[in-house]
Amino acid sequence: MQNLGIEVLFEGSNMERLLGGLLVTIEISFISIVIGTILGVFMGLLRTLDSKLLKFILRLYLEVFRIIPILVWLYVVYFGFTPLLDINISGEVTSILVFSLWGAAEIGDIVRGALESMPKHQIESSKALGLSNGQIYRYILIPQALRRMLPGSINLATRMIKTTSLVVLIGVIEVVKIGQQIIELGVIKAPTASFWVYGFIFILYFLVCYPLSRLSKRYERKWQN
Amino acid sequence: MKKSLRVVTLIMAVSLLLVGLTACGAGSSSKFTSIEQFKKNGKIKIGVFADKPPFGYVDSEGKNQGFDVYIAKRFAKDLLGDESKVEFVLVDAASRVAYLESNKVDIIMANFTVTDERKEKVDFANPYMKLSFGIVSPDSAPITSIDQLKEKGQKLIVAKGTTAETYFTKEYPDIELLKFDQYTEIFAALKDGRGAAIANDNTELIAWAKSNPGFTVSIPAFGGQDTIAPAVAKGNKELLDWLNSELDTLGKEQFIHQAYKETLNEVYGEGYTDELVVEGGKVE
Repeated sequence: MQNLGIEVLFEGSNMERLLGGLLVTIEISFISIVIGTILGVFMGLLRTLDSKLLKFILRLYLEVFRIIPILVWLYVVYFGFTPLLDINISGEVTSILVFSLWGAAEIGDIVRGALESMPKHQIESSKALGLSNGQIYRYILIPQALRRMLPGSINLATRMIKTTSLVVLIGVIEVVKIGQQIIELGVIKAPTASFWVYGFIFILYFLVCYPLSRLSKRYERKWQN
Repeated sequence: MKKSLRVVTLIMAVSLLLVGLTACGAGSSSKFTSIEQFKKNGKIKIGVFADKPPFGYVDSEGKNQGFDVYIAKRFAKDLLGDESKVEFVLVDAASRVAYLESNKVDIIMANFTVTDERKEKVDFANPYMKLSFGIVSPDSAPITSIDQLKEKGQKLIVAKGTTAETYFTKEYPDIELLKFDQYTEIFAALKDGRGAAIANDNTELIAWAKSNPGFTVSIPAFGGQDTIAPAVAKGNKELLDWLNSELDTLGKEQFIHQAYKETLNEVYGEGYTDELVVEGGKVE
């Protein structure tokens, strides 16, 4: 049989290492998504309040994260801030920090959008019924807003998972980096390795992201009725 | 209108502040670990490549290997008494200086070519290797002189942050360059025919061409001779002196030759020892 080059995936502990790298990817994205969501919901709620100053600061925060590329943030935090503050944080912690803050900014915007899209008369009717502000949020706004948030949030989550591939540039060894190491080692023995390794990484990313989008579809349908 | 102007001003102010803070950070000299402390802590961080065989790579068991790694392990053995006490940090070509400046590693042993520009930012010890540039191209369309690259549509592939990139930007501004971040990518680009040739350190190319039939090092050496040396953060004199005396000691037992034999023979053959190895930190 012709030498396909797919063996490269099973050589030594390559498969374990790739899966281990995927775990790092999932870990960084998962922790960031959780922290980002908690902070983001908070920020979104704050942004619906009436304070102009608060609105402006949070808006600025969002724009700063949207305008400055994540890669630049990673570099600034990893190489810039740590020596300045005389602390030495690892690439992993830097990644989680940057991705959480980014997630918070985006989730905040999604939450704000969902809350503001609620028809005003609902709030007014609730008030007329004598509900307190807390009750209005708890029973009227948040349950509905949650549905409107879902597609955007899942979209953001998959985007974050994919963007974690940038963290190789601050020395975090995740799935893409391990793939490249395997390819480079194979340059001498198996020149077709890049096809198989990147192909495999493609499947891994798909396996992580696809269930998320399925989940969002299901809930969307379920909540529509 | 007025509001958007205010937003822009604020963003500018914040980014200026960020840049200012970062600049301060780079300028302030934090304390270096002394030789005593290294011995006490029993740990040293050395930055190596993970994707540049045979100098620094990760084998299929996930272990660091290669020429630079071999020598780095010896440094750790002589400094700390045990080569397993070295902590390898995997670095990228373009951020090697940043790793030293931000104290993320103590020594860089990642095929770091000595240049005047880099000397302003980091301190180099004496060299352990020397090399020049080379050009690799497909056998079907060999590039045998640099002038060939000046023709229209001929793109030269380089890796960002390498000396080859600097050399061509400065000496041949009319050659169109195609730049990539990672070594993996430059070779893939040549194979895909996205450029006419790759320019890089000749060692790298000799090794790659040897194992990739259809490609030859069509220009084996040009652009003068360069040396490769360990680097430490600017001003870390104690570690620098230690490295230099260590290289001197290693020279007496021809250790770099041994490292070549163990890690490079397979790739280059014995013929290149004199061209590549620098023993005792002194270039003849």
